[in-house]
Amino acid sequence: MNELIEAFRLVLAPDVLIAILLSSIYGLVIGSLPGLSATMATALLVPVTFYLSPIAAVASIIAASAMAIFSGDIPGCLLRIPGTPASAAYTDEAYAMTRKGQAEVALGAGLWFSALGGIAGTISLIVMAPILAELALNFSTFEYFWLAFLGLMCATLVARSSPVKAIASMLLGLLVACIGMENPGGVPRFTFGVPELLGGVEAIPVLVGVFAVSEVIRALVSPEPPPLPRRKFGSILAGQLALTRKYWRQMTRGNIVGIIIGVLPGAGADMAAWVSYAMSKRFSKEPEKFGTGHPEGLVEAGASNNASLASGWVPSLLFGIPGDTITAIAIGVLYMKGLNPGPTLFTERASSMYALYIIFILANILMIPLGIVMIRVASTVLRAPRATVLPVILVCCAVGAFATGNNLFAIVLVAIFGAIGYVMENNGYPVAAMVLGIVMGTMVEQSFVTSLIKSDGSLLPFFERPVSAILAAMTISALLWPVFIWLWKRIRHRPQEQAL
Amino acid sequence: MTSFTRRGFIASASTVFAGSLVGLKASFAQSTYPSRPITLICPWGAGGGTDATARIIAQVLEQKLGQPVNVVNRTGGNGVVGHTAISTAPPDGYTIGLLTVEIAMMHWQGMTELTPRSYTPLSLMNVDAPAIQVKADSPYKNIKELADAIKAAPPGKLKASGTGQGGIWHLALVGWLQSLGLPPNHVAWVPSNGAAPGMQDLAAGGIDIVPCSLPEARPMIDAGRAKSLAILASERNPQFPNVPTLDEQMGPHKSVGVWRGIAGPKGLPADIQDKLTAALKEVYASKEYTDFMSGRGFGIKWAERAEFGQFMDESDRQMGEAMKAAGLAKT
Repeated sequence: MNELIEAFRLVLAPDVLIAILLSSIYGLVIGSLPGLSATMATALLVPVTFYLSPIAAVASIIAASAMAIFSGDIPGCLLRIPGTPASAAYTDEAYAMTRKGQAEVALGAGLWFSALGGIAGTISLIVMAPILAELALNFSTFEYFWLAFLGLMCATLVARSSPVKAIASMLLGLLVACIGMENPGGVPRFTFGVPELLGGVEAIPVLVGVFAVSEVIRALVSPEPPPLPRRKFGSILAGQLALTRKYWRQMTRGNIVGIIIGVLPGAGADMAAWVSYAMSKRFSKEPEKFGTGHPEGLVEAGASNNASLASGWVPSLLFGIPGDTITAIAIGVLYMKGLNPGPTLFTERASSMYALYIIFILANILMIPLGIVMIRVASTVLRAPRATVLPVILVCCAVGAFATGNNLFAIVLVAIFGAIGYVMENNGYPVAAMVLGIVMGTMVEQSFVTSLIKSDGSLLPFFERPVSAILAAMTISALLWPVFIWLWKRIRHRPQEQAL
Repeated sequence: MTSFTRRGFIASASTVFAGSLVGLKASFAQSTYPSRPITLICPWGAGGGTDATARIIAQVLEQKLGQPVNVVNRTGGNGVVGHTAISTAPPDGYTIGLLTVEIAMMHWQGMTELTPRSYTPLSLMNVDAPAIQVKADSPYKNIKELADAIKAAPPGKLKASGTGQGGIWHLALVGWLQSLGLPPNHVAWVPSNGAAPGMQDLAAGGIDIVPCSLPEARPMIDAGRAKSLAILASERNPQFPNVPTLDEQMGPHKSVGVWRGIAGPKGLPADIQDKLTAALKEVYASKEYTDFMSGRGFGIKWAERAEFGQFMDESDRQMGEAMKAAGLAKT
């Protein structure tokens, strides 16, 4: 109890509160700019944390990353340009809602379910940290292989186009993921002697290119669309309680999936959003509405990506293993501030741990008022003339891509993928599936090859290990399900045909 | 008063002014370096260990030199882009960079032409030796038992991980295996994205050995999931006094380790080198720097200019040997 009081004292210090407020605003702004991801927001905070007290330093990272993941939904919804990779899965859906004149419902759902998801993730961190950590430790490369494979299969579920075209896009993404020397063999592939390609093609420039730049190209060649009817931007939270009541199952499922994916090292908010959106469509009673501006998938995926953010801290705090790219950076800050990860953090420095929990909850509550302000400000973009919005987006893209590594080559990549994305979209190939291929490609290959090295070339352990076997059964049944349905229909229809 | 004309005044005043400008310019070039902000290039991304090291050095260096020192992350190409940017900067002392051990490895793999000799070495700031970790409940009590078990096992039976193929910890293992008289692939290398996933796989039972630095292994050791059998260095790490050295147990062994140091492009003028090295020495001795490094568990080691150059040459030679032995070198 004393520790809890001490924790409140730590959090309520003025410097900590100011750090939370400022980094929240900072996270909201960074996350809403295309090309600047939540990871980037965290990385840019590191030099600032040098000057902060330990709790304030960690608080600023927690607040900024949570806000950035939410605010990545804003440009996705308003302009069909996802602000962070975690929003890419449901960008089309959110944008469709905006075209239907429901921008406030879509953004409100993003905000409301992000905040609830973040709180659910925090509760999992408080209550189940040791159990979840144990789960994470049981994941070896065999399990990761199936998980990544399942992730890839989401491509066909998420896309609105034909499954064949979705798979083609995803395979193109896998091919792009082969570039560079970050493969298990450490051998440069498809680098054509360009040193910049040795490190591979990162997801951020691709994301910016295929979504933002191709959107700008499309706007250039198409006539100005009829302006959205001028009307007052409605209440943001009004419909959310009704949505919560209607979709509480989806929300809970999203939270659980997000928590589990977040806990697993190496799989973060991006994957959580994809898997949850695909699951939502798969189990929905009205899957035909998906992609036409239907909030169900938004609820589940929005709940999922923010839940994964909090649970991603579990392996980081207990074992110093980063749960995602954000906690990878946060671990460095924890060390620097003397809050060394490990079980002792939970026992000897329990007050600091409680303080972290309080900050998580505080940040997710603060997200709602700040998010509403952000949405109100950002929604003016809908009323701005296209000729002023598009050049600004293009500048943001270039700056965002360059800022990742102060590397001009990233801007070239953005341009190339902008052209590729435009051609693909015009021919009905979903670009989101390609992004998924690039995000997952390295993980699929790495986990497959390293597993084979460990098993001396035997495929048996992929099915032998208990968790691996369950995941394998899920993957294979998902693969064979359409074939089964097709066969079943044929068998059932044939006798009738004969009778006739 | 009569001789004082307006024209005469302007002429004399401008002469004085011009003279003082010339003088200022001359002194800018010589004694008042640095007169404008300095850029410190970090070849790795923001948020990592190298980035943090660069930022703490820049922060203290700024106080010592009285000019802002800005860290610029130039990432891409697995370190090639940033290291190239350091070597091709104008040698005026306003662009320096943080070199990492990769500069002694990349050219062997044919990734770049750059070697440690492509720079003006200024100061070595950090060295971390590898240590050998096994699972906490593994039967090996000390490094000797592990060495015997490795020798007894058929080739490829035991698995190790901790970095990518041909990465620094892979080479450290290859070096150790060679000193035991074993072929480099006697212990199979499982590539991973760094030491933390390797340590996780060790705890998950996927692999048998993880060679990596002690700070990287610490959380798992503290959690009672792994134990460190020996550090491959000539002295124990003061932060891990219970981990014996390989030398104590099995005789002297020269191992590769990771290091970070500050360097400028080739042809940096001697007076600028003097000034920078003196300031860097103050950084190295400062409380901020030592506190930061011990907080992160990073080892510190000082060597300046030619001495640092020799250190890099030695590292380069060791890396080349290990990479050739492992069949990873192209040149």
